[in-house]
Order: sequence, then C-alpha cells, then structure tokens
Amino acid sequence: MGILEVKNVGKRFGGLQALGNVNLSIAENSVHAIIGPNGAGKSTLLNVLVGKLIPDTGSVMFDGQSVLGRKPYEINQMGISRVFQTPEIFGDLSVQENMMIPCFAKRDGAFAMNGYGSITSQQDMIDKAEEMLVNMKLADKRHMHAAAMSRGDKRRLEIAMCLAQDPRLLLLDEPTAGMARADTNNTIDLLKQIKEERDITIAIIEHDMHVVFSLAERITVLAQGTPLVEDTPDKIKGHPKVREAYLGESQDAA
Amino acid sequence: MDAILLQILNGLDKGSAYALIALGLTLIFGTLGVVNFAHGALFMIGAFCAVTFSKLLNLSHTIVDDSRKDFLGNPMKIDVPYLHEFFGQAAGDVIIDWAVPLSILFAIPVMIGIGFAMERGLIKHFYKRPHADQILVTFGLAIVMAELIKYFYGANPIPTPAPAAFAGSFDFGALIGADPNTIIYPYWRLVYFCFAAVIIGAVFAFLQFTTFGMVVRAGMADRETVGLLGINIDKRFTVMFGIAAAVAGVAGVMYAPINSPNYNMGMDFLVLSFVVVVVGGMGSLPGAVLAGFLLGILESFASMAVVLEFIPGINQIIIYLVAIIILLTRPRGLMGRKGVMEE
Amino acid sequence: MLGLSKKDAGLLAIVAFLCIFAPFLLNPFPEGSAMAQFNAGYPDLMQRLVIFGIFAIGFNILFGLTGYLSFGHAAFLGVGSYAAIWMMKLLTMNVVPAIFVSVLVAGLFSLLVGWISLRRSGIYFSILTLAFAQMSYALAYSVLTPITGGETGLQPKYTDPRILDGALPAGQSPRANLFGLDMKATTELRLGDWVFTFNAGYYIAAATMLLAFYLSIRIFRSPLGMMLRAVKSNQQRMNYTGLNSKPYTLAAFVISGMYAGLAGGLLVAMDTQVGAERMFWTASGEVVLMTILGGAGTLIGPVLGAGFIKYMENIVSKINETVLEQWFAFLPDGLSDAMVAIVYPFVGKGWHLTLGLLFMMVVIFLPGGLVEGGQRIGRLFRSKKSEPETPDGKTTPAE
Repeated sequence: MGILEVKNVGKRFGGLQALGNVNLSIAENSVHAIIGPNGAGKSTLLNVLVGKLIPDTGSVMFDGQSVLGRKPYEINQMGISRVFQTPEIFGDLSVQENMMIPCFAKRDGAFAMNGYGSITSQQDMIDKAEEMLVNMKLADKRHMHAAAMSRGDKRRLEIAMCLAQDPRLLLLDEPTAGMARADTNNTIDLLKQIKEERDITIAIIEHDMHVVFSLAERITVLAQGTPLVEDTPDKIKGHPKVREAYLGESQDAA
Repeated sequence: MDAILLQILNGLDKGSAYALIALGLTLIFGTLGVVNFAHGALFMIGAFCAVTFSKLLNLSHTIVDDSRKDFLGNPMKIDVPYLHEFFGQAAGDVIIDWAVPLSILFAIPVMIGIGFAMERGLIKHFYKRPHADQILVTFGLAIVMAELIKYFYGANPIPTPAPAAFAGSFDFGALIGADPNTIIYPYWRLVYFCFAAVIIGAVFAFLQFTTFGMVVRAGMADRETVGLLGINIDKRFTVMFGIAAAVAGVAGVMYAPINSPNYNMGMDFLVLSFVVVVVGGMGSLPGAVLAGFLLGILESFASMAVVLEFIPGINQIIIYLVAIIILLTRPRGLMGRKGVMEE
Repeated sequence: MLGLSKKDAGLLAIVAFLCIFAPFLLNPFPEGSAMAQFNAGYPDLMQRLVIFGIFAIGFNILFGLTGYLSFGHAAFLGVGSYAAIWMMKLLTMNVVPAIFVSVLVAGLFSLLVGWISLRRSGIYFSILTLAFAQMSYALAYSVLTPITGGETGLQPKYTDPRILDGALPAGQSPRANLFGLDMKATTELRLGDWVFTFNAGYYIAAATMLLAFYLSIRIFRSPLGMMLRAVKSNQQRMNYTGLNSKPYTLAAFVISGMYAGLAGGLLVAMDTQVGAERMFWTASGEVVLMTILGGAGTLIGPVLGAGFIKYMENIVSKINETVLEQWFAFLPDGLSDAMVAIVYPFVGKGWHLTLGLLFMMVVIFLPGGLVEGGQRIGRLFRSKKSEPETPDGKTTPAE
C-alpha cells in the first residue's frame, strides 16, 4: 500500500481522452518519476493529484484518505506540496516573508484572522523561517524582493517553502525545465540532500532523462494517457515499449 | 399582446445603443486586451459631434432688411445662415433640417481621429500594465473628456432635433391589425434601430469577409501567435480602436435626438454597457449585441406598470441584477469563450 | 511604543501632529489679507479632510493590500450614513450609538456584497461591486424612499421619537452631540491678524481617524496583512501553500467596508443629513483616486491622498477669473490674457477637469502615488551624497 494510490483515473476534455485508465502507486519514502512524451497526460495527472482538476472516473487516495473533490489548499494541508514548472513564489514580498507564509500556514491552518499582533512578535515563526533560509543557503538574500532573484534561487526558494510545511509528499513538475546544466545539477544535488535529511516521498514529473535517472528509484512511463510500464530506472532504460513511445513507430529512422 | 409588443419596441432603441457601445468595448477588449472606461465618453463625444455640426450648419451672418421693421421701428436684423447663400434658401433649410444624419459624415473622421490619438498616445502604453491600471487611466480620461465638453458646451442638455420628416410616430397597431393608436412608436427610434442593425451588420461583415477582419479575429483568438507570424498586429489594432471609437461615435450622433446630449451621458451609458459586455461574454461580439438588445428589452418590460406594482423599483436595478446572476452562475457570459477571464 | 516599530510610531506621530495642529497649518494667511480666501482651517473642510482620510485608509486595506479594485465603496459609506441618521432619529442625538451602528450595518452589508463579488476577481470583481453600488444608489433614490428619504434625503426632525433623549424644549432643533458636547461647539483664537478655529466635531473626527490609522498600521504589520499582500502577489502559490485566499480577501473587504461605514457615520455626526448622491459611483471613484494619488499599499498614502484632494478641491474651486488676473498681472498685457485663458478652464468650476488630469498623470507616471514620488526625490538626494555605495540586497538578477 503506497502513500498515494491512484486507481482507474480517467479524464476527458471534449473529444480528447487526456487520461485513459491510470493506476499508480507511489511507495512511502521513495522517489518516483513519471515520464512520457508531450501530450502523454503528465500535467493532467498532476492537476488531478493537487485538486485542480476532478477526474471523470477513478479514485485518488493519499494516506488512506480520498483527495477527490477537495480544494488545492485542503489537499496541501493534508501533506502534499507542489513545486511548479516555473517557480511560483510571492514576487512582491521579501524572501523572508515568502519563507514565513508556509510556516504560518502550517501552524494556523487555511485561514486565521490574525490582524492585530505584529509579525515581529512571532519569534517562533521567524526562527523557523530563518532556519529554512540558512539550510537552503538563502539567508543572505532574506531582505531581497523575491522577484529580483535569479531563476535558480527562485526554484530553491520555492522548494524551501514547500519543505517548510513538512509535507509527506512533494510533487515536482519539471523542476529543471529551462535551466542551464549547472543549475540543473544543483537542483539534483538539492533534492538528493533533501531525501537524505528527511522522511519524505518525492514524485517528480520530468522531461530531462539525466534528472530522472539521477534521482528516481522507480519510474512510470505514461503514453497517451495510460501508464505504459512501471519499473526501476535500469529496466526502463532499455525497455522497447519506452523507446517506441518516445520515438514513435519509426524506429528504423532513428 | 399589444403591451408586450410595445415593450419590445421600446426596448429596441435603448438596446441598440447598448449593443453599439458594447460592441466597441468588446472589440477593444478582445483585440487589445484593454478595458476601456472611456468608451462611454466616446459615445458622448459622438452626440456632441451632432450638436457641433448642427451649430456649424446654422452659422449665420446678419443682414439688415430695410423693408421690415422690428417693434422699435428700426430696420429688422435677420440672421441668414451661410447655407442659404451657398445653396439657396430651400436647399439650405433642408440641409439644416437633416443636420443630425449628416453629422455622421462629420463624426466618422473626427471619431476615428480621436480613437487613433487615444490608442497611440495613451492606451498603447498600457497593454502590458495590469487591468486595474487600464481601468484607472481610462476612468481619468473619461472624466477629462466629460469635463472638457462641459467647459465648451455647458452643463445643460442641448436639444438636437431629428429631421422634421421623422418627427411623428408610427402606428404599429394599425399595421398589424390591432386597434389603431395602441402601439405607437416614434419614427426616429425606428430609424435608430435600423441604423444600429446596419452598423452592427457592417462591423460583422467587415470582420468576416475582409483579410483585415480575419487577422483581427485571429488576433482576438490568439494574439501572440498572430504576432509571431510576422503580421503587424499593432497597426491593425490601432485601426480597430479607431473603428470602435467611430461605432460609439455614430451611435452617439444618432442618439442625440432621442436624448438631448449632456456631458454626463457617457458615464451613464458606460456603466450599463459594461454590464452588457459582461452579460454577453467578455470578448464575444455576438454576445455583446445579443445582450445589448436583451437587456434593453428586459429593462423596458421591467418598467411596465403591472410589473412595478409587484416589485417596485425593479426597472432601476433589473440590469444589475441580471449581471450579478450571470456572473455568478455563468461567469464567461452568455456567449463568451471558455477560459477568457473566467476567474 | 503601542506595539509599533519605531518607524511606524514615527508615522503615527506625524499624522497625530498634523491632525492636532491642522487649524494652524491650514490657516497660514492672516484674516483680511488677499490670500485669506485660501485658508482651509474652517471646521467643515477640516472635518471632511479627516473623514475622507478614514474612508481612504479603509479602501487601501482592500485595494492596497489585496489588489482587488472595488468601484462600489461609496455604497458602504452611504449605508453607514443612513444607519447613523436613523439612530439619531430613533434613539438619541448622541453620536456614539450612531457611529457604532453605522460601522456594524456597513460591515454586514459589505459581508453580503463581498461574499458575492469575491467569487470573481480582476475586472469582473470591479464590475460586480460597481453594479451593487449602482443598484444601492438606484434603490435609495426610488423605491426605498420611506427609509432613505429619496431625493430629499433625511435630516433629524423635531418630531422624531428619540426615545433616549426625551422631548426637546420647544423651538430647539436637534443637535448632534457627544454626551452633551455639541459637535458644532467652536472656539476661536486670535493671534494678531490670524484667526484660528477649534471645533469639537473636528477633533472628535480627527481622534477617530488616528485610531483608524493606528488599526490600519497594526493590520499592515500583522500576519493577516502579510497574507493579504500574498493574495495580491500570487494567489496560485497561496492556494498551493494550504491557504484559503477567499476568507482572507473577504476579511479585507469587510474591514474596508466597516471603515467606509465609519466615515459615513462621522459625516452624519458632523453634518446631520444624508442624500443618495453620496452613494453615486463618482463618489466610489473619488476614494479610488485618493488612494492611488497618495500611494496604494502604503500606510500614509491614503491619508495624504484624501487630504490633498479635498484641500485642492477647496482651493482650486475658489480661484476665479479675478484671482487669475491678479496672478498674471505682472506679465505683459497680451501674455497675461493668454495665461488667464489657458488656466481658467482648470480652476473654479473646472476642478473636476484638473482632478481627471491629475488622476491620469499619477497612473501614467507615478503609479506609486505621492509616497513613491517623495521616495524618488529622497533617493535622488541620497544617491548624490553616497554615490559609490551599492544599494542593499536589490542587486540585479542573473537572468
């Protein structure tokens, strides 16, 4: 029984069957990658997991509880954090404030009418944010506008914000898309470090095979809305079905 | 039955005005992605084009007529419009009488000019700014336009009559076999409706059948891609803005006999036209037209005495109520595309 | 001090200073001098300065923090005013219950409007709020005449029940008071040629504004304030951080609605009458203007914006052709006539034209308003003094 169980999930947009009949189990404390060519339904699946889309059929259970029909913020409060393809951070706020918001969300829940006490009086929150900033090597930027940071730092901040909530499942949507090689390697190292330090399950959707094979313990290949194979990275590498899915029918031409 | 028909007719002229303004608003929003709060002011300026033009036609010089005396016994001074001298008295009077329809010829270039100037001088710089900024700057512009008109023309409404030929009313009842004089409809309102239908038809035909229109429609669907094709969208959008301004302008010109122009009329129509656009669907041209007529007719039904007896004051708020209901239940509007500003 | 940082306490002190000494500051010209007509230190205007300050401070909590642009806040001001006048008619001419109830009623009304309007964001939200405000205006003007007095509006009458006050002595008109202190009570101070007016109503309104300002500082510096700024910055990230942005925004909406109700109640306390026109959408536009002009999202901006607009309105509307001719008299004849002709449309009755232009200029060139303008000037001076120093943290991103 994995921490996340996806059963028979299907989703149709008009005439397009985006997800066929997806079954997926992600084991607790594993790093699980979901790969597949463009249009395979990776993003649709991710959006189902975080509550942005409701599937037509099937069920999604997280730690024994259904996530279907819940709002994204409720699912997050259950322990699933999402990292976006392009870093989604609070650009107008300082890095420190960016870091404090998830701390408050963790402590106070989805809504708290805390309009009178000053933030500066919340020492425990400040400390927790500071600890994360130091840990993620962002401490020297704490007073900077988050929007003014480099892309690599934004990614780092976004991951830090997700971790500040101590999620049980971290979902990453192509975390290295558009990154230079050096930044990509930094992100890989960061994720490896996170995995070593915490009890956390990581699910990663990725295009870049270098990232996938450096991190993943298990890989699911998605094609045309259905899982093709699921196996360890070594097995996946030479799998004929995977080659077919990626290269199409024209294997000879390739 | 008669009453229903009468209310539908009554709703048509206001609905036409809503539809024409909303059409321009939608065109601008759909193509440029700009929310133009000054569009009502363009309608108002159009109405004042009619005022100005009829003043121009009435430009006179004074001659002294020795053969007639005024009540003090002095020779009578008579104002003679220059038009009498150019075309003779009879033709001159006819031209003056037809001032309002003729001012369309005057209004179109003026409004296109204003539209171009507005787009190039102001709106252009706001494409990339948030919608709130666009609303605010055009709101400021609307105030400025209204106040300028007030400065030059005063605060009082200026009666601008329709040609004498359309002064009377049309007895619809007699036409359809009902009792005479039960359904009476002023000719000019009929003219206004037909005029609006022609303008709307022309705009649609223009968008549907010309290459220019095709590009604009493509731009409305996906601005970036069309830009990537190497087509100079900006220039076309400027033209589009000019056309939208001209549509609002001529709508104002023809409305002048129905509602004597005053500097504030733009604001009144703007708020309602925005509601119309929202009900029709932001960025949907047929939606704007449909919603314009629907809401105009609905408003006229809500003004019936029978209805008012049941729900007093409903005529004042019916349009807003409909808008609130539509926004909450079907945010993209009656005919809006899915996903366009639904949040 | 008072749970504020040094900087914020300083800001509060500045506003307090301005409020206390407004009768002096706004009356710089001696009585009887040519410029005396530009004195603004009379009670009526000073009251409006601070009351619209409250209105703008509240509006800023919604617009400045969350970025939701409401075009219907005048409705809450109007509802507050009606509630206050009914308290004065039914209960007592003491302003305390009137103001209390105006805040409460405006709060409830904004809860209803906000709950519906906040289902949408962006321009749809603006249009929804506008629709609600126009609806309220139309209703107040027509059907609700028994409650609102329609076109004539409402005033306290001699014959009103006023169950707490008891009957008035014959021939005395009802006067708004604070436990017996008449709102219109005024003392004059003569210093040489100068005359300064101190009015009870003004100081009560000013004290209320200081309290409102203080509360807004607390909100800005609180976790709630940070969450509201997060709403403006990135709602997506907020929702994926386990935060429900709806109640946060609704809280801001209701708080700002209550501020508007407070302003409406105070308006009635100062000048005991209400008309539907204070709910018209131009009134909603005016508070947007004040907030933007001062600087949306800054603490002191709305206070400055409200003060600036109400003050300018007073000054500019008083300038007439004769005054202009005096001003430009030093120029050669033709030139002075030309100058008068150019400036004339913008003054006197042309105040709204100036206002519209000002509005456009601010949005185009100075989206941060007067506060940003001040900061830019400040930076200009500072950077000249210390050129070689690198600015803190805000170095260029490496993209």
